[in-house]
Amino acid sequence: MNIFVLLKRTFDTEEKIAIANGAINEEGAEFIINPYDEYAVEEAIQIRDQHGGEVTVVTVGNEEAEKQLRTALAMGADKAVLINTEEDVEVSDQFTTAKILAEYLKDKEADIILAGNVAIDNGSGQVGPRVADLLDIPYVTTITNLEISGETVTVVRDVEGDSETIETQLPVLVTAQQGLNEPRYPSLPGIMKAKKKPLEELEIDDLDLDEDDVEAKTKVVEIFLPPSKEAGRVLEGELNEQVQELVSLLHKEAKVI
Amino acid sequence: MDFRLDEEIEFLKKNVRDFVQTEVEAVAMQIEEENRIPQKIIDMSKEMGLFGLSIPEEYGGLGIGMVGKCALYEEIGATHNGYTTLIGAHTGIGTVGIVEMGNEEQKRKYLPEMAAGEKIGAFALTEPAAGSNATNLKTTAVRKGDKYILNGTKHYITNATEADVFTVMAVTDSSKGSKGITSFIVEKDFPGFHVGAVERKMGLRGSHSAEVIMEDCEVPAENVLGVEGQGYVNALKILANGRAGLAARNLGSCQKLLDMSATYANERIQFGVPIIDHQAVGHMLAEMAMDIEALRSFTYRVAWMVDQGMKVIKEAAMLKLYGSEVYNRVADKAVQVHGGIGYIADYPIERFFRDARITRIYEGTSEIQKNIIAGQLKKEYAID
Repeated sequence: MNIFVLLKRTFDTEEKIAIANGAINEEGAEFIINPYDEYAVEEAIQIRDQHGGEVTVVTVGNEEAEKQLRTALAMGADKAVLINTEEDVEVSDQFTTAKILAEYLKDKEADIILAGNVAIDNGSGQVGPRVADLLDIPYVTTITNLEISGETVTVVRDVEGDSETIETQLPVLVTAQQGLNEPRYPSLPGIMKAKKKPLEELEIDDLDLDEDDVEAKTKVVEIFLPPSKEAGRVLEGELNEQVQELVSLLHKEAKVI
Repeated sequence: MDFRLDEEIEFLKKNVRDFVQTEVEAVAMQIEEENRIPQKIIDMSKEMGLFGLSIPEEYGGLGIGMVGKCALYEEIGATHNGYTTLIGAHTGIGTVGIVEMGNEEQKRKYLPEMAAGEKIGAFALTEPAAGSNATNLKTTAVRKGDKYILNGTKHYITNATEADVFTVMAVTDSSKGSKGITSFIVEKDFPGFHVGAVERKMGLRGSHSAEVIMEDCEVPAENVLGVEGQGYVNALKILANGRAGLAARNLGSCQKLLDMSATYANERIQFGVPIIDHQAVGHMLAEMAMDIEALRSFTYRVAWMVDQGMKVIKEAAMLKLYGSEVYNRVADKAVQVHGGIGYIADYPIERFFRDARITRIYEGTSEIQKNIIAGQLKKEYAID
């Protein structure tokens, strides 16, 4: 089984995020594997352990992403590929990333490609489906269970809290939802071994792409933090008075009615 | 002079931190209440390879130097000390004897399973009449054909209830004093070997200390660790080797206490300001932070000396002493900064305070460390 995982390095949204000059300040931020991609890595390793084959994790980014690739290798992936766009791509969006990944994957004869359902930074959830579309293979998003039997793939996907079972064929692309599995911690011997595993670095030139081919289709106009939450207010008095005050506040202060 | 850890050790350290702070911290109060470490945490620790952190790579361990070990011990120390002790006593005094003094056959036989955590190691030196005076052992070992027959009782043996493999010190020739002691590798299933009463302790809940009773316990002669008569020297070496790691564990606990105390002092408002702005409280935190930085520098300096193959008898004793004293000072201040909450058992501070106390006693009391340091100074400055 030829298994690929699309992985993104993101900042940890559990840490404090600061914005400076219209961009997220990377200094002091913690960077992690996008948590949904972690489910994808774990699932890929389990598929390989069950069916044999090889797991390759791929990311589009800069040299900093090597750490996250090494982590995936330490978890048990076999190979890693960094497509370094630092020098060639100034502005990128989901189209850019999907185009690059699809170009890389088109001659790899992947049986299954796994990605996270969304990345916790931009949260678009587009890259997986776009890649599948460009490769002209089926895709199933937000999966919570996956079984492969021969060429048949049975997937349970999360539909707004309900679940739906879908049958499809290899090759396929799936995106992982929380609940798919419990990602393992990289073992310490795994980390030691990871440094000996292959980590290939490519540029878009190696994929016969130039900057114009991957030019972003969208433009980020502004980035801002949500308004800080103010202290709540507890209304007092008789129930009638409270209701009257609440209505008045909703009308005059919150201006929602 | 470069004070940075290398990238790989940093990476290992970060992963241990993530695991300890996410998984072990989540059950710390549970460990305290149930006096038991959840099996899931033990299994995850095995999968992570934590039980093999002091074992060479060729025997299934991690194969890192003392600086690396200390970096990981620091993270393992930053949580419930019962958990810290389960891992630390195994990877420290529980396995070091076989790693350092074992022959090839013994290493091949025991270390891979010990590295995987499938077999837990313990160190059995202390007896009711032989605490600080470790030469006063009463446990005997008499050669009988291709076996030794061991008789005697050890007590306060850390991890005794969990352990499978014990490094046991016993007297083979009572006429030779400290030179008549031999160390043995004793398996819990050897005939005549029992684990006795489990002690109730001030702290370190989840880690169990118990008696070990040997009644005509049969130990194959090939399980002599090192050379007959070298047992006391072996014991001292095993303890000395453990000292930097012990200090690193204390360092981790201290850092955790500072993190909690400084955070609390920023949140807690009294007299209209966060209590860190009250100079008396701010100064306590400043002293904690300074003590911790000094301990950190000292720990890694001694670990570095070990990795250079330098002799560290005096420095390791100083470090063990200093690390324990700092931990106790820091824990005391952490309680004071927290005030009432620091004394309440629903919060972790009082637990660290109780757990800190043993560090001045086990693996050589603070007073014995001073004796070792003074003994070394006496030699250094001897008038010939």
